[in-house]
Amino acid sequence: MRKQTTLSKEFIKGIWESNPVLIQLLGLCPTLAVTNAAVNGLAMGMATTFVLLASSVLISLIRKLIPAQVRIASYIVIIATFVTVVDQFLAAFTPDISKALGAFIPLIVVNCLILGRQEAFSSKNNVGRSIVDGLGMGIGFTWVLVLLGSIREILGAGSIFEIAIMPETFNTWLVMILPPGAFLTLGLMIGAANWINEKRSEV
Amino acid sequence: MSTSVKMMITLTLIAGISGGVLSIWNGYTEPYIEKNRLEILKKAISTVLPEYDHYDEMFIDETILYIGKDTNDQIVGIAFKAVGNGFSPDLTLMIGVDPSFTNITGIEVLEQTETPGLGNKIEDASFKDQFIGLILDQTKPSVIKNKKPKDPKRGIQAISGATISSKAVMDIMYDQVNTVRELFKHYNSM
Repeated sequence: MRKQTTLSKEFIKGIWESNPVLIQLLGLCPTLAVTNAAVNGLAMGMATTFVLLASSVLISLIRKLIPAQVRIASYIVIIATFVTVVDQFLAAFTPDISKALGAFIPLIVVNCLILGRQEAFSSKNNVGRSIVDGLGMGIGFTWVLVLLGSIREILGAGSIFEIAIMPETFNTWLVMILPPGAFLTLGLMIGAANWINEKRSEV
Repeated sequence: MSTSVKMMITLTLIAGISGGVLSIWNGYTEPYIEKNRLEILKKAISTVLPEYDHYDEMFIDETILYIGKDTNDQIVGIAFKAVGNGFSPDLTLMIGVDPSFTNITGIEVLEQTETPGLGNKIEDASFKDQFIGLILDQTKPSVIKNKKPKDPKRGIQAISGATISSKAVMDIMYDQVNTVRELFKHYNSM
C-alpha cells in the first residue's frame, strides 16, 4: 500500500513547500493582474479558494464514477459551474469588488491551479484529504496574493487595505500599481522564497 | 455497459445538473444584480443633473435619455450615456445638460480602463467639476495643459500626464452632446 502522508503535512505543503504561486508557479495570470491593491488580492484569493475547495469535494466524491477518458471535460464543467456561482454572488452582493476584479473572476475557470489539484489530488484521494489539500493550496494562494497586493499598494498608493499608512511626504511609486510592478514584486518574492528554501536545506 | 455510453451518460448528467444549479442560482441573484445596476445608474443621473423630483426615460432610436423633471413636470435637465475611446477603449460617461442644450450640468465617469494613477484621475471630482457650466455652442471647449483656462466656461485644465484621457473626455462629451441635441430637436419637431 502507498504510504500516506499525514493530514497536517498535506495541509502545510500548500502553504509553503509546494506553494501554488511561489514554488509551483501556477495561476500566475490572476496573481499578476489583480494584485494592484491588497483587498483585490484577498478577494481573488478567497474566490479561488472557494472554487478549489468546492470542486475538490465534489470531484473526490464522484471520482470513481467518472470514466477516465472524459475526466478533464467533467472537471472543467464542474469548476466552471462553481466559478459562475462565485461570479454572480460577487456581482449581487459586493458590486465594488466585482467591478474591480472584472473579467478575472470568470477566468478562474482556466486557473491551472484548480484543474491541477483535481488531476493531481482529488481524483486520487478521499474527501477528507481533498478538503485539507484544497484548503492548504487555497490559503497558500491567498496569502501570496495578499502580500503581493499589500507591497504594491503600500509603495504604489501609500496605503494598505485602503487605509493610508505612509507619511504625507511619501512619493508614491506609480510603477508598482501598473503591470511592471507586479512582475518586479513577484520576481523578488519568488527569489526570496528560493533563498529561504536554500538556507533551510543547508542546515 | 460500453465505455462510450458511460462517457456520454456522465457528461450529460454533469452538464445537466450544472445547468440546473446555475439557472436556480441565477434566478436568486438576478434581482440583486439588477438592483445594483439601477442604483449605479440613478446615482450617476443624480450627480450630473440639477436637483430634480423624478426622471423619465425616453427612447430615441438606440439612445436612452433620462429626463429630469421638477414637481411641476418641468424639465430641469437631460442626462444620457456617452461611449467612446480614451487612452484605452470603452470609456463610458454619463452627461447632464440643461433642457436647451446650452450648458453642461455635470459629467460622471461610469466605466473606464485608463492608466491607474494618471488617466484614471478623470474620475476625480476636481477634474469632473470643471465641466459644470461649460458653454455648448459651435466652439468646442478647450483642454489646456498645466494652467487654468482664462474663461472657466470655455475650457478645462488637463490632468498633468494624462492629456489624452482629458481630451478624450472632452471629445466624447462634445460629440455626443451634438448628436443627442440633433436627435432631441428632431424628435420634438415631429
